[in-house]
Amino acid sequence: MIGRKLGMMRLYDGAGRARAVTVIELGPNRVTQLRTPERDGYAAVQLGFEAGRKRLTRAQRGHLRRARIDAPLGVLREFPANGDAAEVGEVVTVDTFSAGAYVNVTGVSKGRGFAGGVKRWNFRGGPKTHGQSDRHRAPGSVGAGTTPGKVWRGQHMAGHMGARTTTVMNVLVVLSDPARNLLFVEGSVPGPNTAVVTVMPGRRAPLKQYTPPTLVAPAELELHAAAPVAAEDELAEEMADDASADDIAADDANDGEARE
Amino acid sequence: MPAPIDLRTLAAPRNPTIPEFSAGDSVRVHVRVVEGDRERVQAFEGVVIRIRGGAAGTFTVRRIASNGVGVERTFPFNGSRVEKVDITRRGRVRRAKLYYLRGLTGRAARVKEARRVTGG
Repeated sequence: MIGRKLGMMRLYDGAGRARAVTVIELGPNRVTQLRTPERDGYAAVQLGFEAGRKRLTRAQRGHLRRARIDAPLGVLREFPANGDAAEVGEVVTVDTFSAGAYVNVTGVSKGRGFAGGVKRWNFRGGPKTHGQSDRHRAPGSVGAGTTPGKVWRGQHMAGHMGARTTTVMNVLVVLSDPARNLLFVEGSVPGPNTAVVTVMPGRRAPLKQYTPPTLVAPAELELHAAAPVAAEDELAEEMADDASADDIAADDANDGEARE
Repeated sequence: MPAPIDLRTLAAPRNPTIPEFSAGDSVRVHVRVVEGDRERVQAFEGVVIRIRGGAAGTFTVRRIASNGVGVERTFPFNGSRVEKVDITRRGRVRRAKLYYLRGLTGRAARVKEARRVTGG
C-alpha cells in the first residue's frame, strides 16, 4: 500500500511503557490497473494514492479514467499480486495491516547532498589538536604506493549520500486505525515527514499475542486491533473481505484493556 | 493533498495528577515501579532542570544520590507511570534549562527559593 509519513510520536501501552512510533497516513488506495501474465508477462496490482499534485496531467487523468476513478491519484505504485482476486477500482485501506503484524516500509531517504567521508562512511577524520591544520575531517590514505599504483575500485570516498530508495524490514505494526487511515509502526522510517512511503507485508510471522496500546483520543473512534490468530491471511495486499468480522472480534478483545 | 493530521491531537493527554511547575522547582515524583509481578510506588526527589514539549513532553529531575553522584531522570507528562508529583519548593531561576547545575556541586549547586510565588 501507498501512504504518507506524518512524523513520529510516543505511544504508551497498558503498563505505561513508552514506544516510539512513526505515524503513516496509509491509504485509502484504489486499484488502478491489473498486470496479468497474459498481457504483461507478470502478475501485479497497481495502486493509486492521492498525494502530490492535485492537478494531474492529461496522461495521468486518462489512465485513471480507464479505471473509472475520479480522484486525482497522483502516486501510482505496483505491487506483486498475492493470488487474491483484485478488481480495478477496488478500495484498499489500512485494515489490510493489523496490529501485531510485521511490515516492510520503503521510502526515499533524506538527501544529504555531497557528503564527506566522516558523515558518509563513518571515517574517523584527523586529530583535532597536535598542530593539525585542515586535516580534521580529511579522509586519510586511499591506498598503498607504487604497488598497486592505483586506487582500488570501490574505495570509500566523499560523494552523494542519501535520497536513495531505502527499505526498513520487519517493523512491528503497533496500531492500525482505519477510522483515520493511520498506521503506527515501531521505530523510524526512511524519508522526511510528508514523504510518500509504501508498506508491504513483512516476512516475519505476526505476533501471536499482542494487545495494541489504546489511543487516548476522541471516543467516537473505533480502534482496529489484531485478533490473535486472524492476522496471517490479513497480511494480504488486497483488502480482506472478512475485515468487518475481524473488527468486531478485535473490539471485544480491546474492551477490557481500554478502560483504565 | 489533504492537510496532514497534527500528531499532537493523537498523543495521550497530560496526566491530570501532575501539577504545573517550572524549572528550578523541587519536586517529589511518585513513580510506579514493577518488580517481577509486584508493583510499588517509588519517590524520586530533586530539582526540575528541564521541561520540554507541551502536554506530550517530558521533564527532567536532577538529584544528588547519597554517594554524591548526580542522578537525572526524565518523565513524560502524559505517561501513566507517574502516580503523582508533589512540589516541595519553588525555586527562583533565570533560565529555562538548568544544565549549569551539572557542573556545580555542594553548596554552589543550590537553587534559591522563590520569595514571591509566581503562578504556575
